[in-house]
Amino acid sequence: TVMAAPMTNDQSWFYALALGVSFLKCLLINAYHSTDFEVHRNWLALTHSLPVSQWYYEATSEWTLDYPPLFAWFEYGLSHIACFFDKEMLVVPNLNYASPATVLFQRLSVIVADVVFFYAVKECCKCLREDKGKDLLGKPSFILTGLLLWNFGLLIVDHIHFQYNGFLFGVLLLSIARHCQNRHFEGAFLFSVLLNLKHIYLYIAPAYGIYLLRCFCFTQSNAVLVTLGTIVLSTFAVSFGPFIGQLPQVLSRLFPFKRGLCHAYWAPNIWALYNIADKAFSILGVKFRLLDINKLPKASMTGGLVQEFQHSVLPSVSPLATLVCTLLSILPALFKIWHRPNGARGFLRCLVICALGSFMFGWHVHEKAILMAILPLSLLAVDSRKDAGIFLMLSVTGHYSLFPLLFTTQELPIKIFLMLLFTIFSLASLKTLFRKGGALLNPLEVTYLLGLIPLELICEFVYPLTVWQKTFPFLPLMLTSVYCALGVTYAFIRLYNSLLTCSDTTKKTKMQ
Amino acid sequence: MENWSLFSLCVLLGLTSRWAVSFHSYSGAGKPPMFGDYEAQRHWQEVTYNLPVHEWYFNTTNNDLNYWGLDYPPLTAYHSLVCAYVAKLLNPEWVELHASRGYESHSHKLFMRATVLFTDILIYIPAVLLYCFYFCDGFSKQKVATALCILLYPGLILIDYGHFQYNSVSLGLALWGILGLGLGWDLFGSLAFTLALNYKQMELYHSLPFFCYLLGKCIKQGLIGRGFFQLAKISLTVLVTFALCWMPFLSDPKQPLQVLHRLFPFGRGLFEDKVANTWCSLNVLIKIKTLLSRETQLFLSFALTLLFILPSSLKLLSKPNLWQFKLALVNSSLAFFLFSFQVHEKSILLAFWFSLVAMAALSFTSVWLEPPAKFPDLFPVLVSILSFLHFLGFIIYFNLVQLMEPQRKKSQKKTN
Repeated sequence: TVMAAPMTNDQSWFYALALGVSFLKCLLINAYHSTDFEVHRNWLALTHSLPVSQWYYEATSEWTLDYPPLFAWFEYGLSHIACFFDKEMLVVPNLNYASPATVLFQRLSVIVADVVFFYAVKECCKCLREDKGKDLLGKPSFILTGLLLWNFGLLIVDHIHFQYNGFLFGVLLLSIARHCQNRHFEGAFLFSVLLNLKHIYLYIAPAYGIYLLRCFCFTQSNAVLVTLGTIVLSTFAVSFGPFIGQLPQVLSRLFPFKRGLCHAYWAPNIWALYNIADKAFSILGVKFRLLDINKLPKASMTGGLVQEFQHSVLPSVSPLATLVCTLLSILPALFKIWHRPNGARGFLRCLVICALGSFMFGWHVHEKAILMAILPLSLLAVDSRKDAGIFLMLSVTGHYSLFPLLFTTQELPIKIFLMLLFTIFSLASLKTLFRKGGALLNPLEVTYLLGLIPLELICEFVYPLTVWQKTFPFLPLMLTSVYCALGVTYAFIRLYNSLLTCSDTTKKTKMQ
Repeated sequence: MENWSLFSLCVLLGLTSRWAVSFHSYSGAGKPPMFGDYEAQRHWQEVTYNLPVHEWYFNTTNNDLNYWGLDYPPLTAYHSLVCAYVAKLLNPEWVELHASRGYESHSHKLFMRATVLFTDILIYIPAVLLYCFYFCDGFSKQKVATALCILLYPGLILIDYGHFQYNSVSLGLALWGILGLGLGWDLFGSLAFTLALNYKQMELYHSLPFFCYLLGKCIKQGLIGRGFFQLAKISLTVLVTFALCWMPFLSDPKQPLQVLHRLFPFGRGLFEDKVANTWCSLNVLIKIKTLLSRETQLFLSFALTLLFILPSSLKLLSKPNLWQFKLALVNSSLAFFLFSFQVHEKSILLAFWFSLVAMAALSFTSVWLEPPAKFPDLFPVLVSILSFLHFLGFIIYFNLVQLMEPQRKKSQKKTN
């Protein structure tokens, strides 16, 4: 058990970073917000006005409750504070109600909930090995704090687009920190709570399961297994208890498989590349008279919110197929962890691979899910050179893929400035941290990342002025998604490579 | 971390906060019939685009001076003209003569905010970066810290991107002037400052230090010989710049007089609204606004301004170096702010920022508490008086610093 050297006494930089980013978030209160704003307002209204038995049946608004019960309780708690801002937002039929007081309250709730994230980041910094005598800007804890607190993706998804990811990732990072500090029961408890707040974290549940089982249940006494089991089960019991009678309804809300393979804007994953390949083959096939255009099923992929996908040339993909692909993609990592656990560091790497694998192969993945891989990877990035290089590739590509979420003109300068801010900070600070040993990125990677600049210029500035904007409005989105998918896939392969090749636990253990 | 990355992070932080502030409301939003400074700037675009030059500053049927008549020097008018051309390209409705009064829309707001950002990036931010890079003493980290402080200065951001004005242009040009003088390029510095003066007459606050510094420098080089030639060159630069800026108005003697009349509205009285200077604060105790005649008020403010500016200017004249110059800028602008005629609260951008605790407490109470019915203006007046006391303290302190000139001083002060 290596506990890191105690933090230096001067902690004021942490509060400066935290306060600074909070002030920035306050300035963004008036920015564009997406339909997710109305989603959460609706949930405030229905948890406040309706009895518990009705929460998962309510369907006045199209944005039905599709998060697990603990989040519903969270919204219920918020709704009691909302009373003091504007009672009208708690009326269910008030669809799309967005008075200034409502906007203020909802934005403030996200900003205040981020306190959990701040605390978690502080705890994660304790798990790092500190080099004494380094100046502030070169300290791993400072860099990690900057990478997490000022993370571009989190800022624009939470405080412009509108979601509560800061709070949720705070719980996740706190759970990871507890595992690093060998407080495994707390870590397991926090993760169960997290699963009951947002079930998308099922993506990384296998990593938790395998790690905990491997490290504790067979090496130590059965009492540990029993305690862990009790913690997890009781959390689920408390959360789902009141809904035990309506379990099928709740589950159908939580897992709506009727949606299509890809979101309207394709997440930059394997299926985006698959779709493009299918389109390319069909065009080429028709051109070279290998296929008859009349016999091809009409592939409709673009347009609309949720689409059923039918591929022309390649076989169509079903939810079961994606599940199988996802499991296959993460199985080697889980096996490696089972076979030779590398302590907390190996667990973290496996976690990132699970998140990224599910992102790459999952069904109806939203591009925001890339944050689930980027944020934990930050912890690894400040520890090792290779991980820093992978982090840079994944974060820049992943963050760029979030650009289409903010499509308004007013937010354009903000997203460019913030993206540049975060990219320059991460590049410069990681370069300084790993000064010795050459460049973090090889020339090919640098070229790829620089290619994002012309891509942005074309998609955002040049293309809207051309004639094709009317006939093929989704072309820029497709281009962005496909280009980023290449980068994400590359990062996935490199991560796997680093997991499978890193074999020893004795050399340079920074986190145990 | 390398210098360039630190500086670019500062710039990006500054730009982000500027644009984020611009999301919010502007002066006079949704408040007919007069609206506010935003509408004034839009109106000037309309006037300069649609009317011939000789009508810009005059009261004609097409140009009602009571509705936000032009009251800045010609360079502002030319700037508005350029913006108007762009506006016409994007949406002619924004600058339709008469029809566009009170025009408000989301895209128009974006356009106006974008013009502020554009000039900021073009003029102000490079000047700040160059200043911090070349003229700050100390390690590179200190230079970066100075740059960060200047770029994040809330007063300028809130007024330019919130309330809506173009102070970054005049302050930026003045800063280029300071840079020029610092690098020894006196002609360039004079040119830049003259342009700043022709953009906003408020820059007169800084003119005496520029004058005294350059004059002192020439005198030091010997009034017979090099010094005289230098003086002649500087004077020529200034005069030619003035002539170029005022050229369209020199055809008719009535024109420049009318422009000056608009720039210096002595008819408006000693002060308007709540300003943190001597006259407004004094007015709380002695009603000088009504007690004294307007001529006496003018004379009094002139005399006091001169009195407070004299020590600093004389010292600079005798010892024309950069450190004295910077101090003199502070003292001069504070003196003008505190004592001159018709000062607007925004003029304080030219001087310093003040102690947070008292301000925070006062702001807090003025938001949450209702003022007593007998004194409805209690909180704004208290704010003004508190600020005034701070400024008085500053001017005394900085005059002392400049006149006593303690040894080995490193300055990190903002001079604009």
